[in-house]
Amino acid sequence: MSDPSTASIVSTPPATMPTEAGSGAPTNAGLPESAQKQQKPRGLLGDAWRDLRRKPLFWISAAFIVLFLLMAAFPSLFTSGDAVNGALSRSRVEPSAHAWFGYDVQGRDVYSRVIYGARASILVAVLSTLGTLFIGGAMGIIAGYRGGWVDALLSRIADIFFGLPFVLGSIVILTTFNGAGTDNGEWKIMGLVIMSLTVLSWPVTMRLMRSSVLATKEADYIVAARALGAGTGRIILKHLLPNCLAPLLVYGTIMVGSFIGAEATLSFLGIGLKTPVVSWGIMISEAQNYIRVSPFLLFFPAAFLVAAVLSFVMLGEAVREALDPKLR
Amino acid sequence: MGRYLLRRLLQLVPVFIGTTFLIYWLVWSVPGDPFAGKCGDRPCPDNYVAVMTEKYHLNDSIWVQYATYMKNLFQGDFGTTFSGREISDIIMTSYPNTLKLAVVALSIEAIIGLSAGVLTGLRRNGFLDNLVLISTLFLIALPVFVIGFVLQWLIGVKLGIVRPTVSNDMPITELLLPGFVLGSASMAYIARVARTSIAENRRADYVRTAIAKGLPMRRVVGVHLLRNSLIPVVTLLGTDLGALMGGAIVTEGIFGINGIGRQVLRAIVTKQSATVVGIVVVLVLVYLVMNLLVDLLYAALDPRIRYE
Amino acid sequence: MRVSKRASGALAVGAAFALVASGCSSGNNDGGDAGASKDGAIVIDGTQPENPLVPANTTETGGGKIIDWLFTGLVEYPNNGGAPQNALAESIDTKDSKVFTIKIKPNTKFHDGTTVKAENFTKAWNWAAYGPSGAQNASFFSDIQGFGDVFTEDPDGPDGPKKAPEPKAKEMSGLKVIDDTTFEVTLSAPTAVFPTKLGYSAFMPLPDVFFADPAKFGKNPIGNGPVKFVSWQDDVEIKLTRFDDYSLRDKMKIKDVTVKIYQDDTAAYNDLVSGNLDFQQQVPVSSLAGEKWKNDLGDRAIASTTPTTGIIAFPIYDKRFQNKDLRRAISLSINRQEITDKIFFGNRKPADSWANPLTPGAEPGNCTACKFDPEQAKQLLAKAGGFKGKLTLSYNADASHKEWMEAVAQQIKTNLGIDAVAVGVPTFAVFRQNINAHKMTGAYRAGWQQDYPDVENWINPLYVTGGSSNDGLYSNPEVDALAKEASSAPSIEESHKKFAEAVKIIDQDVPSMPIYFGGQQSGHSEKIKKMELSNVGELDITSVEL
Repeated sequence: MSDPSTASIVSTPPATMPTEAGSGAPTNAGLPESAQKQQKPRGLLGDAWRDLRRKPLFWISAAFIVLFLLMAAFPSLFTSGDAVNGALSRSRVEPSAHAWFGYDVQGRDVYSRVIYGARASILVAVLSTLGTLFIGGAMGIIAGYRGGWVDALLSRIADIFFGLPFVLGSIVILTTFNGAGTDNGEWKIMGLVIMSLTVLSWPVTMRLMRSSVLATKEADYIVAARALGAGTGRIILKHLLPNCLAPLLVYGTIMVGSFIGAEATLSFLGIGLKTPVVSWGIMISEAQNYIRVSPFLLFFPAAFLVAAVLSFVMLGEAVREALDPKLR
Repeated sequence: MGRYLLRRLLQLVPVFIGTTFLIYWLVWSVPGDPFAGKCGDRPCPDNYVAVMTEKYHLNDSIWVQYATYMKNLFQGDFGTTFSGREISDIIMTSYPNTLKLAVVALSIEAIIGLSAGVLTGLRRNGFLDNLVLISTLFLIALPVFVIGFVLQWLIGVKLGIVRPTVSNDMPITELLLPGFVLGSASMAYIARVARTSIAENRRADYVRTAIAKGLPMRRVVGVHLLRNSLIPVVTLLGTDLGALMGGAIVTEGIFGINGIGRQVLRAIVTKQSATVVGIVVVLVLVYLVMNLLVDLLYAALDPRIRYE
Repeated sequence: MRVSKRASGALAVGAAFALVASGCSSGNNDGGDAGASKDGAIVIDGTQPENPLVPANTTETGGGKIIDWLFTGLVEYPNNGGAPQNALAESIDTKDSKVFTIKIKPNTKFHDGTTVKAENFTKAWNWAAYGPSGAQNASFFSDIQGFGDVFTEDPDGPDGPKKAPEPKAKEMSGLKVIDDTTFEVTLSAPTAVFPTKLGYSAFMPLPDVFFADPAKFGKNPIGNGPVKFVSWQDDVEIKLTRFDDYSLRDKMKIKDVTVKIYQDDTAAYNDLVSGNLDFQQQVPVSSLAGEKWKNDLGDRAIASTTPTTGIIAFPIYDKRFQNKDLRRAISLSINRQEITDKIFFGNRKPADSWANPLTPGAEPGNCTACKFDPEQAKQLLAKAGGFKGKLTLSYNADASHKEWMEAVAQQIKTNLGIDAVAVGVPTFAVFRQNINAHKMTGAYRAGWQQDYPDVENWINPLYVTGGSSNDGLYSNPEVDALAKEASSAPSIEESHKKFAEAVKIIDQDVPSMPIYFGGQQSGHSEKIKKMELSNVGELDITSVEL
């Protein structure tokens, strides 16, 4: 089950941590000579943008993401077919010129379903990832930077949530709010799925963030900033965050993929998204019984899923490299 | 350091109580009447329900139930399931199997993930790099039930290389396939993290120095680069053991392994709080101890992290 | 994940009438090699029994299968699905279908060497019926006089604060031991079908050792059947062996049987295909698609039909479903043939009668509402004034019902324009809770497997007011009256005639929609040369030859 709790727990302080004393200098000092000669001193983000613009990888992955987002927002641009209604008479008809991706067991057009499935899949995965990164990241920064009893308290709360089995937690949350008899709308179910994924996954990002902060907060440039009288907020936002974001981004982009899979698992258990909502996860779990006779039912949603995840990972990679001064 | 350790050990107590209560409460609040589905498509006789309710104190408030449970737990009594089986017996027979599977999965994911990470970290953005990325992403994006099904059919039945299911005495050779399936989701993370770490350290001064003084590349990579890059991977693997044990439900089912997964799932569905807590408690202890070890490891590996 | 409930239909149920052609399956020779069989051992698939192995407390297939092998009752149901025959009973005599004199065969043994006597029956039945024993099958004894004295209803339901009053008596007055081999059963009302019921596992005799410690017995059961219990390792395997002193029928031809406990039927199937398993009762859905299982197993594949029916029931207590034209319209809009062809790959048959046609007394083709007639459906819907809102079709998502329920919803939507949607409920427990509490707001999957082979079992529990599984609260006084007459008819033949009349009225009211008749697809290894399936689709262990 590709639920986020089985997926690994990244605790990687030194991954992008300054490993040599010299690189612990304030970020701006690490800018290339040319950058400093510009009229306006740019911030970290502006600098990263300049760097990004030159990368083909960035443009390719960004183009794909835009394509997927368009698909999610305006599926009717891509297909005029019906994703929800089918006819049993064309059950499991193979791909042909007429129906590019064939028909599924219920005789529904697989191409239309893949297109319409983008919305739920991407929305759930991206929002859950953002939620997890935000909650876990914020808690991690506070815990790591404050230390002491705050750290102890937050870390132990995270431990408690960490110990919850994913299946148990999601069954309880989703059956309580989304059980039989409830007639929740499409958006509400999506919100609940996002909530349960977030609630059960944030401890991982928190540990990740906390360890990064622990490693970075003693760095020379933080000490220097503090000596210069910078406030806590400024230190966190301007100095700690940019330097600790990289491992989170790496983790987050892969997490998008595992959340799409987790959503499939929830649908498989009957507690996730429901018909008439279409998602790649639902399509994959529906195809499971027919892998041996109609592998195309699995192939198309899986291919879209992998392409989407790949775009996110590549984009994350490009952004991370741009953000990391040492890799320039 | 000693005081820190003591403090952390003391903190385990509230976490332990908090987790057990949270789980007990969650299972208790799973909707559904545990005896509604027990007699097929007809309701169970009232007397049957009454006898079971009485026996397992299901009419008490959640607080009384939890207190009773904890009191028994500290006396070493884990209680029994609705079918009358000792929960301690389930723990004793199922845990070793799950642990064995998780360790095999962890080793496989470490070996494959790490070698992929090192190879791609040294040659970034090459053909191999992209191949590893795409294949690990495929593994992560496909639900385990699909990967398990396909591999079991191909390798176990079609090619007949291994037995499709694991026999009762669980030989290591038969655990390789389920171990790979279970570890497949984490492989991508390990490979990515190792790759990033290697790529970073590749530019470190000590590597440059080692190359400059004429050491052969193999030695530079094997001794200097790898050792320093292993740190994040090791910490990652440390916390993954608990996650693998708790997340093996589907893998155990597919390969017929008598582990804790099915016990937990069955108990959740039938609202048997005592069973779920009993099994998960041990899992939580694994998590907590692993987290503590990893925290201590930070300080040991990196002098800049200090615990007062 | 697999939830096995005896009556939960499709995936879980294990009832099959072996088709005559398949009863004796593969092998070109007439049988096996007697030498190989004599000390032979086989491994077959199973699931972990949910309860200790006590006959009156077992309602699911995992344990039910073992119970069926360990015990032989007064009557037994032949493999070909015909009328029940005496097994342990020498004779069952009655003049009025109210008082039955039962003589058992002398000198048959329990596995512990004690003799099976009349009191082993009466004591076992009294224990099961006695309220405080908490047996799941207690209601099977409700026909017997004095049941109300030993089994008391909880005045405010099991969840209420009040407890059921202490029963007045410990034994039913209708059971009387005459001598070691004879006992007399008096029913509270004439019931022609009573002797047929006696083959159901709730009516098995129990040895004296049971009453000393029922809990201990459940982990180490002692029966009187052809198979003897050896050991039970939870979630791993149950070991059984031949009972050499069995004298009622053929002994087992092989010696040892290991029931390997699987969580996943695909795992069992893969073991079967690669030769690690000798018999699987139901192969998984993934192997049925495209007839793959027939390729994989060749002549070792056994297709049989089962006395089960997949049903979608209406909550008649809901105002929206009280118009019978509407219910008929919905039923007529379902193309059952297409569903069995496309979703079940022809392995199940479209339902066309109210009782499963494999059941004695059932009339094939008596469900006029089971036809596919979209035109008439539309007219009836218009006549009923249409249907407002969403029509939900609920099913439990922990067994494979999603595909066919979705297909039904889609057909109703396409053919009638009603906004029908299939809704999965995560667990069978939650699903049943809502049904038991009469809180359903839409149609729901029901499914029925007969407990004993008689049409009575398809009418009284399902369509009579107050029936144990009449969850939709369907009530028609005419049906009730006819069913009552039928149940107390002096002979089985007359009983069947009356039931047929009752079914005609039910057919007009359409309280539920039969969708498909069950089928079972089993497979065995090359090691097994000859075998048969029992009337409920289980492996008939005594028939296995290697």
